[in-house]
Amino acid sequence: MAEAHPVGFQWVMEAKRRGAKVFHVDPRFTRTSAVADAYLPIRAGTDIALLGGVVRYILDNELDFREYVLAYTNAATIVSAEFSDTEDGDGFFSGFDPETGTYVQDSWQYEGHEGSSGSGHTAQERDSAAGLTHESHGAQVGGQTRRDETLQHPRCVYQILKRHFSRYTPEMVERVCGISEAQFLELARAWTQNSGRDRTGMLVYSVGWTQHSVGVQYIRTGAIIQLLLGNMGRPGGGVMALRGHASIQGSTDIPTLFNLLPGYLPMPHHAEHPSFDEWVDSIRHPGQKGFWGNARSFAASLLKAYWGDAATPENDFCYGYLPRMTGDHGTYQQVLNMIDGKIKGYFLLGQNPAVGSAHGRAQRLGMANLDWLVVRDLFMIESATFWQNGPEVATGEIVPQECRTEVFFLPAASHVEKEGTFTQTQRLLQWREKAVEPPGDARSELWFFYHLGRKLREKLAGSPLPRDRALLDLTWDYPTHGPHAEPSAEAVLREINGYDVATGAPLSSFAEARADGSTAVGCWIYTGVYADGVNQAARRKSRHEQDWVAAEWGWAWPANRRILYNRASADPDGNPWSERKRYVWWDADKGEWTGYDVPDFEKTKPPSYRPPSGASGTEGIAGDDPFVMQGDGKGWLYAPSGVLDGPLPTHYEPVESPVRNPLYGQQANPTRKMYAHPVNSVNPSPPQEHSQVFPYVFTVSRLTEHHTAGAMSRTVSPLAELQPEMFVEVSPELAGEVGLAHLGWAHLVSGRAVIEAKVLVTDRLTPLRVDGRVIHQVWLPYHFGFEGLVTGDSANDLFGISLDPNVLIQESKVGTCDVRPGRRPTGPALLDLVADYQRRAGINPGRGWGSSPIPASVSVARRVRWPARSGTVCRRVASICWVCRTTTPAL
Amino acid sequence: MFRGSLAWEGVSGLGLRTFIEGWPVYRQLTGTDPLGRGAAAKSDGSRALTARTDTADSVARSVCPYCAVGCGQRVFVKDGRVSQIEGDPDSPISRGRLCPKGSASKSLVTSPLRQTTVRYRRPYSTQWEDLDLDTALDMIADRILAAREQTWEDVDTQGRPLNRTLGISSLGGATLDNEENYLIKKLFTAMGALQIENQARI
Repeated sequence: MAEAHPVGFQWVMEAKRRGAKVFHVDPRFTRTSAVADAYLPIRAGTDIALLGGVVRYILDNELDFREYVLAYTNAATIVSAEFSDTEDGDGFFSGFDPETGTYVQDSWQYEGHEGSSGSGHTAQERDSAAGLTHESHGAQVGGQTRRDETLQHPRCVYQILKRHFSRYTPEMVERVCGISEAQFLELARAWTQNSGRDRTGMLVYSVGWTQHSVGVQYIRTGAIIQLLLGNMGRPGGGVMALRGHASIQGSTDIPTLFNLLPGYLPMPHHAEHPSFDEWVDSIRHPGQKGFWGNARSFAASLLKAYWGDAATPENDFCYGYLPRMTGDHGTYQQVLNMIDGKIKGYFLLGQNPAVGSAHGRAQRLGMANLDWLVVRDLFMIESATFWQNGPEVATGEIVPQECRTEVFFLPAASHVEKEGTFTQTQRLLQWREKAVEPPGDARSELWFFYHLGRKLREKLAGSPLPRDRALLDLTWDYPTHGPHAEPSAEAVLREINGYDVATGAPLSSFAEARADGSTAVGCWIYTGVYADGVNQAARRKSRHEQDWVAAEWGWAWPANRRILYNRASADPDGNPWSERKRYVWWDADKGEWTGYDVPDFEKTKPPSYRPPSGASGTEGIAGDDPFVMQGDGKGWLYAPSGVLDGPLPTHYEPVESPVRNPLYGQQANPTRKMYAHPVNSVNPSPPQEHSQVFPYVFTVSRLTEHHTAGAMSRTVSPLAELQPEMFVEVSPELAGEVGLAHLGWAHLVSGRAVIEAKVLVTDRLTPLRVDGRVIHQVWLPYHFGFEGLVTGDSANDLFGISLDPNVLIQESKVGTCDVRPGRRPTGPALLDLVADYQRRAGINPGRGWGSSPIPASVSVARRVRWPARSGTVCRRVASICWVCRTTTPAL
Repeated sequence: MFRGSLAWEGVSGLGLRTFIEGWPVYRQLTGTDPLGRGAAAKSDGSRALTARTDTADSVARSVCPYCAVGCGQRVFVKDGRVSQIEGDPDSPISRGRLCPKGSASKSLVTSPLRQTTVRYRRPYSTQWEDLDLDTALDMIADRILAAREQTWEDVDTQGRPLNRTLGISSLGGATLDNEENYLIKKLFTAMGALQIENQARI
């Protein structure tokens, strides 16, 4: 955190100054470790084993915050008798379908709910990354649940949890993670001692947790601990995601993502949602409890914002205009489709996949096989010049004269040359004022897309084709100003906020959204940002002039609430758990919830409220159910649905690991998303043969002085000067083993690529003793590429493509490689080196690993010219491998 | 040595008292600036300097464009150009602080490497060419319509609506404004382009 979010880290130091104990868990000793109370070096990819150990420690010693756990979580809820755990299935829960590599979730449900809520086959949910729709709300639960308040029933969640983690002992943590028993116990003690009525503990993570094939379950394990210790919905508690881009939260809320519409409404699926009613009912689940009961209003209001007068109740608000998903349309599937010649055109908007995405070579080969590419950026990035300067030009795989991709580079306006809002990592929207005009042809994205839309509509005017109606009926009349006819960002923000169609008056709360077409709302969770016609995100009341919650600085969704589920900061009766942790409470005299923050609860619903039998929607939430977006109002220790790889987190080894899973026969996440494409491959892991060909673990992260793929830092002279070179950090022990010299060169080889880096020998990396052997880890920054003031090989080239099943995010925080002294070969010899490693590792066409041969039907020739169509650009691929679940079953 | 002898001539010429008073540590110990961070540390040269923040024509309240912490920035403008970017001391998030990247924001927006004109690379070409912005926009619009024409899917095999093209992809948004992402998603959705992604998937 001190490295990648340094200014946010001041608050950790502030907490430390006031007595907080800071633990840092990381494969590499960093500036954060240097000032933490304790540093725990961990084997990359084993966090669930560590956190699972903490869960076991809490339960075995009965250190959970029992009153909180009983009242606010599903610990007492009884689960179906059909459920069986990974402890009984050697790493599989009940319901696994080996055909698709996904689960049928019926047996995971609460007792009596087996056939209803959230059950069913999850193959389609995985392809559409349906887990992402839960960013704003939990999955559904219908009707009443059976509970055992004594927590003794063998099938209550508490007991299931206890059995599930029973083998995650301190000894096992040491065996899996390489963290000593003493260090583990110090962490577990401090965490439990600093939680409860008077104290709270906070968990902070970043992409070190998300970029894994089990990433969602990492965060689930953290959430389980925080719920058991009563750290959710309370000041100083929570699970805090530190996101890495100025508005990456905003681009998830107002999603430029294939499977979502604004406000976490799902993009319709062709088979699941043929009609408006079926689409809406799949979101609101008629008869079920919670705030999604109003989904019809949010959905109708979005379509009304898109299609204005054309959207009427009679035509289902133009629902028919929406494009439909049929499966996985994620960025990695797209890149493979580009290689296969299925995609014509590609827009890159402030993003540099040639460096920033996993498997850089696949990214560049894909872009080299388009009809056209539009790059909008501040700088000439690698993703615009791959056809000219990329590593594949050096190896002969891309020949400029044969590369057909037409490239448009359009300069973009910087953050000071346009106005608008960023949503930062705590859901806070902050409006930026424009300081200066953009230079030359540089324009904002707002300008580009508004005028592109205008041109498309002009060109299509009078078109009789049904497919053009959605563009022609679109509301696209934003006021413009200035010499370049810049559209008004405030007008767009107003539409995002939502307005009354008849009067144009902005709405002040999403509760005002209507399903009859009388309101238009661009993103329902942002309603209120333009309340009273005032740009609330532009508020800048100094921190010196308001309290510590600082509610008048910017605006947080939803409803300017700074801590979600803050009803949990009060006890079931509505009183603060302690004076020290007072935040939101019930004022019995006034008959309302009050406190320092906007209460995350119906303002006048008393703690004593109990829903009448059969109540649904918000009426079904009791006065002591703080988790109002969950179907049962409870924090989920156990997730009966919504998480595709299991109701409880389970330690699986990374897809590429030198270690056999010490806990289960199942080696890696059985539901991970894999791609059987010739360009993709996975290095072998035990029990497969030849894993010793790639004996070392590598992990990547950021430098303080650089930003992601480097477009905004390797181009900036002070930053380039501070970190001028690609390097690899290795321990003195590994340097000795491999023969590396400090400040000399090394090259790293995976089944995809070979890259070189300067060597930094440092005890910031420690060899770990894991399961009786020594595991070496190396660390790389992932910022470097071949353009900019400072250049170097890209660490992301080493990775293959394997994804988390819930959200389709790639495992790019851990992989295996070989490390060799000296510089890498150049030109075709580079491909030969990778091919040699592939041969030695058994990554070969026509053969899998171990005893499972790849069927002839999927084998391909070793060196092919491709893509296989006219006008090819890529002359050859070093070697081809087929790695897919059908050929390498369930490992 | 030459410079040293000049200095000694200065001392003998101006007197010892002036020499000592000209010594910053003396001013620091005796004056109003015990920490030596203001007046005590000034020379004749630095005393004559004026901060760019004092002479700015205008100040914009802004937010750092790098990570998602959301540090407040004040962007100072002189003669239509960014003259300085500093942390916003009012911000309850950052309390005026910026990290090395945030502190380099002025260098980012004024970098000589920034592209300010449209560049165009023809298929099979080995070099870039110039292109007029409006022409580029027009060409891109034509290519979108052609891609839709070639790859449009009205219905699936069972006649259920698809309303889409899988011939167009997009990646990006996490560095952009909410208002921009809103228009991007709205326009792409209306043109039937489904494969819209950004860093949040990565």
